[in-house]
Amino acid sequence: MSASRPFSVVARRELRGYFATPLAGVFLVVFIFLAGIFTFSLGNLFERGEADLRPFFQFVPWLFLFLAPAVSMRLWSEERRLGTIEVLTTLPIPLWQAVLGKFLAAWLFCLVALGATLPLWITVSWLGDPDQGAIVAGYAATAMLSGLYLAIGGLVSALTKNQVIAFVVTAVMCFLALLCGYPIVLDFFEGWLPGGARDAIAGVSVLTHYQSMMRGVIELRDIVYFASGIVVLVTATTIAIDWRKAG
Amino acid sequence: MESFIDATGLTKTFGGIRAVDGVSLQVNQGEVVGFLGPNGAGKTTTMRMLTGFLEPTAGTVKLAGVDIDKAPIAARRHFGYLPEGAPAYPDMTAREYLNFVASARGLSRAERAVAVDAVASRVHLTRVMDQTIETLSKGFKRRVGIAQAILHDPKILIMDEPTDGLDPNQKHEVRELIREMGKRKAIVLSTHILEEVEAVCTRVVVIAAGKVVFDGTPGAFEARAPEGVSRNRMDHVFRELTARSAEVAS
Repeated sequence: MSASRPFSVVARRELRGYFATPLAGVFLVVFIFLAGIFTFSLGNLFERGEADLRPFFQFVPWLFLFLAPAVSMRLWSEERRLGTIEVLTTLPIPLWQAVLGKFLAAWLFCLVALGATLPLWITVSWLGDPDQGAIVAGYAATAMLSGLYLAIGGLVSALTKNQVIAFVVTAVMCFLALLCGYPIVLDFFEGWLPGGARDAIAGVSVLTHYQSMMRGVIELRDIVYFASGIVVLVTATTIAIDWRKAG
Repeated sequence: MESFIDATGLTKTFGGIRAVDGVSLQVNQGEVVGFLGPNGAGKTTTMRMLTGFLEPTAGTVKLAGVDIDKAPIAARRHFGYLPEGAPAYPDMTAREYLNFVASARGLSRAERAVAVDAVASRVHLTRVMDQTIETLSKGFKRRVGIAQAILHDPKILIMDEPTDGLDPNQKHEVRELIREMGKRKAIVLSTHILEEVEAVCTRVVVIAAGKVVFDGTPGAFEARAPEGVSRNRMDHVFRELTARSAEVAS
C-alpha cells in the first residue's frame, strides 16, 4: 500500500483530536440545539405556514459566527502552546500541506455538524413540498460560509498562542466580513476612506454573497468568491507561519 | 568524507539582541556531541536553526550534504529531532502519536506497524503504548519524544535535553541507547549534566553568550582544570569557560 498524502495524514490526526476530547460532542449538541431553536421558535417555522428551511438558513451565519471560531481557535495556537509545532514543522512535509490538512479537518468537522441538521430537511419535506433546489443551495452556501469563517480563524490562530484571543479576534473578523456591505460597518469608514475604498469593502461582504446563494441561485461568481477567499486565507496562514521562522 | 552536520557561521538576532553569534559546527558519523552552556547561552536557538525550525539571520546548515534552506523537505528526512520539553499531543495514545509521525514520514501501513513496534521496545514503551500521552509520567513522555525522533532510523539526531526529568535508572537507559546509536549516526545533544558528557559524548562543545568557547574531547575538557582541583573537575572548567565569556559579553 502506498503512503498517504501528507495533508490527509495531518487532517486525520486533527479530526481524531476533535473526537478525543469533549469538544466535538459539546459542539455538536450546542449546534443542533441552537439550530432547532432558531428554526422552530425564533424562525416561526410552523406559524409561517410555508414548508421551507429559510428561517434556518437565515440564522445559521450568526450561529457559525461563534461556533466556527471555537473550532478554529485551537488549529495553530494549540500547536504553539504545546510546542508540537516544532515537531510538526520539522517533519518532511511541505508546510502548505500541514496548513491545508488542518483547515480541511476543521471544515469537515463543521460539515458534519451541518449534516446533523438534515432531520430539519426531512421534517419540512414531510410536512409539505419545499423547493428542494433552494434547500440544496442553502446548504451549499452554508458550507462555503463556514469554510470562509474557518479560514479566517486559521489565520488568526497562526498569529497567537492564546486561544481566547484567537476566538475573540476571529469572531470580530467574521462579523466584520459578514456585514461589511451594510451600513453598520460602512458607516464606520464614512468620511475618512475614499468612496472607492468603501465600495471595495462593501464588495467583499459575506452576507451579500451568502444571501444570493441562499435564494436558490448558485452562481459562479458566488462560488468563486468563497473559494478564492478560502484559498487566499489558507495561503496567508502558510506565509504567516513560515514568516515566524525568521523570528 | 562529508560531515553529516555542517553548520557554518550560524547567527540569530532577536530584536537587535544576538542570541547566537557565528556558531560553526561540523559533526561526522560516529560522533556524539555534548552541547553545553548556561541557560540562555543559545543552545536551544542553535538546535532550532540546525533543524530549520528557526531561520538563521546569517549562516548555513547542511544535513547529510543537503542545504536545509534550499531543500528543506529532503534535509528533514535525514534527521530526527527531540525539541525542548519533548512536546507531543496529550490526547493521543503513544501508539497513535508514533503512527502519525511515521505516516507523516511517508511510511506505509505495513512499514509503520514494524517501525513503531520496534522503536517502542527499543525505548521501553511497549507497556504504555495504548495510554494517552497526558496520563504518562515524565520519563515515559520523554521516551515518547525520543521514539518519535528515532523511528525512521535517521542519520542525524538532534536532541534538546534528552534526559531532563528522568530518574537515574531511566537516564542510564537513555544514555546506553544514545551511545549505541552514536556509532552509526551523528548526534548532537544538549545537557546540563556534565557527567552525561563523560558517559556518552565523544566530543564537547561549550557555548556561552552565543559563541563557541570550547570544542574538543571530554578528556581535553577535563584536562583544563588546574592540578589542585580533584573533585568536580568538569564543573570547574565549565564555570571557568562560561564566566569568562559572560564578562566579555558584558
